Amino acid sequence: MSQIKIANLQKSFGDFTAVKNSNLTINDKEFFVLLGPSGCGKTTTLRMIAGLELPTSGEIYLGEEEVGMLRASERDIAFVFQLFALYPHMNVKNNLSFPLKMQGYNRSEIKTRVEEAAKLLRIDHILNSSISSLSGGDRQRVALGRALVRRPKAFLMDEPLGTLDAEFRELMCLELKKLHIDIGATTVYVTHDQLEAMSLADRIAVMDGGEILQADEPAVIYNKPATKFVASFIGSPGMNFINIDQGISNEQSTLNIEGTDFNIPKQYEISKSKKNSFGIRPENLSLTNEGGLKGSVFGVEYLGSRKIITVKTNFGEIKVKTNISTSVKINENVQVKPSNNNIIIFDGETDRSLKSEFMN
Amino acid sequence: MDTSRSYLEPSSFSKKLAATIIIVYTVITLIPISWMVMTSFKNVNSAISYPPEVFFEPSLEGYVNLFTNRSRQSQEYLDSLPPPENWYEELVRSREMVITGPSKFLGRYSNSMIIGFGSTFASVFLGALAAYAFSRFRVPLKDDLLFFILSTRMFPPIAVAVPIFIMYRKLGLGDTHLGMIILYTVVNLSLAVWLLKGFMDEIPKEYEEAAMIDGYSRLQAFFKVVLPQAMTGIAATAIFCMIFSWNEYAFAVLLTQFNAQTAPPFIPTIIGEGGLDWPAIGAGTTLFLLPVMIFTIILRKHLLRGITFGAVRK
Repeated sequence: MSQIKIANLQKSFGDFTAVKNSNLTINDKEFFVLLGPSGCGKTTTLRMIAGLELPTSGEIYLGEEEVGMLRASERDIAFVFQLFALYPHMNVKNNLSFPLKMQGYNRSEIKTRVEEAAKLLRIDHILNSSISSLSGGDRQRVALGRALVRRPKAFLMDEPLGTLDAEFRELMCLELKKLHIDIGATTVYVTHDQLEAMSLADRIAVMDGGEILQADEPAVIYNKPATKFVASFIGSPGMNFINIDQGISNEQSTLNIEGTDFNIPKQYEISKSKKNSFGIRPENLSLTNEGGLKGSVFGVEYLGSRKIITVKTNFGEIKVKTNISTSVKINENVQVKPSNNNIIIFDGETDRSLKSEFMN
Repeated sequence: MDTSRSYLEPSSFSKKLAATIIIVYTVITLIPISWMVMTSFKNVNSAISYPPEVFFEPSLEGYVNLFTNRSRQSQEYLDSLPPPENWYEELVRSREMVITGPSKFLGRYSNSMIIGFGSTFASVFLGALAAYAFSRFRVPLKDDLLFFILSTRMFPPIAVAVPIFIMYRKLGLGDTHLGMIILYTVVNLSLAVWLLKGFMDEIPKEYEEAAMIDGYSRLQAFFKVVLPQAMTGIAATAIFCMIFSWNEYAFAVLLTQFNAQTAPPFIPTIIGEGGLDWPAIGAGTTLFLLPVMIFTIILRKHLLRGITFGAVRK
């Protein structure tokens, strides 16, 4: 197992730049998730680490070795594909032993390793089955097994749970996490599903438009997003944004919106932009009778333990996550107010979050 | 309302109609073939009798004549010979002839085998490599190249017979097995590339990527992972190539005489006494039919899957 480091990595297809000048260090034994919408460059980044695409420029280090221009077969990594790519003309056992045969292990060693991996993944009872007879979950396990048998330096996974149905995905998520804890392998995992990312990752890198916007622990990504995109992409529903047509001065700690003063965390950065926005997560808002933003109830979603109330204001729709006991009627006039100081101001020009007492 | 059957299922009337059409079509296409097989088991006289005999006493004379050269002898000479050693000698002597040696048929037949299977293998092998490259790599001028490859089939191959004849004579390829294999491969290759490219496109590239991650080179991945999955396409292509090179007549007449002559130009020239030996020709064509038939039956399983391949994504 080893550390993976990418430096100034760039990939262009003709005029289109899929990955822009990316820098990233994935620690040894870390479960690292690349998260982003489709077309953001996450899969391209993963495929470059795997050696399935060659970078236009930049370096990739696997451990101490620079592997950027090496062929996939020379890199000692394993890759789990979204559609598994199990060899349909071989049975489970041959699929698992296929990578070992190339490395010249003898028969008994291959047998031991295959059985070991099969036992770990609980597929030892289907070793002689054909691939086409397997269920989605078993195919997933075989794909993991094929990655596992070689004991590679790193595991790369490209949305491996994408094709499974919701119920099964949750189960496989748990199994993956447990497997990672058991074998402690450096893992890079690509997904567009934030829940998957949140539940699996030690650290997450959020990508958009070929750029890595933020790479940090899930809680930091969620609570202290570095850019407006990260804030809106993570969380369900995403963060609320209220456009404020005023600049931010140093040490500012109140903000006047529609004639009402709101407390904000003490700001440490100056922004002269007239397009700044005020960001707050739905669970940090509450409904009140006075001293808030005025609006009317547009919709109520019942989520079991919480309710999401959509309030229509002059600044657009604002989502509030409230207690189940809150009862409001559609079109009822309400006011919305922050319930704590977890507020982030985003710069209108750069979309970056401004430094403050909260965003430190 | 009748709810006993699904709306997607054809009605019993249309099933019967379909069956009738298939049976009629099968009978029509089988008439010439069954007539050919029947002729091969007739004797020289019943083969040309008028009205044609549908029921006749079967004889192996056609097959004996196909494989032997014979000469007519006087009754006294025949009487002076020791008694015939086997059934076919007896059959020949009953026609007042003796066997003078084996005919050229076996040699021509094995020429057909060598050239047919050789060029089929070469077409499919080269076609698969080219199709893979066209399917996976960013080949410059890909579409133009594919069109160029196809354009070699836009005129009848025999249109270039004269230049090929001259080229082959200069190169010493005339009347050689190698020459015929090259010629048939060239003619079949465009078909093979186009057919196989379609099949290669259907195979997700993740399979060979997985193999390359597993430590195999691209070429190894091609042989171990891509080719086995392209079996349906390979089978279909091989059958088409085989049928063409097996049946090809015009170039075979033009370019081969002795050494590499195939069966098609040879069979119609089987001449018996006083005209064509129809039972022998029938026997020759029947035997000639068998290899392609067997080849197709062996590959049929793949071929049927090949036709529906890609219709439903797994």
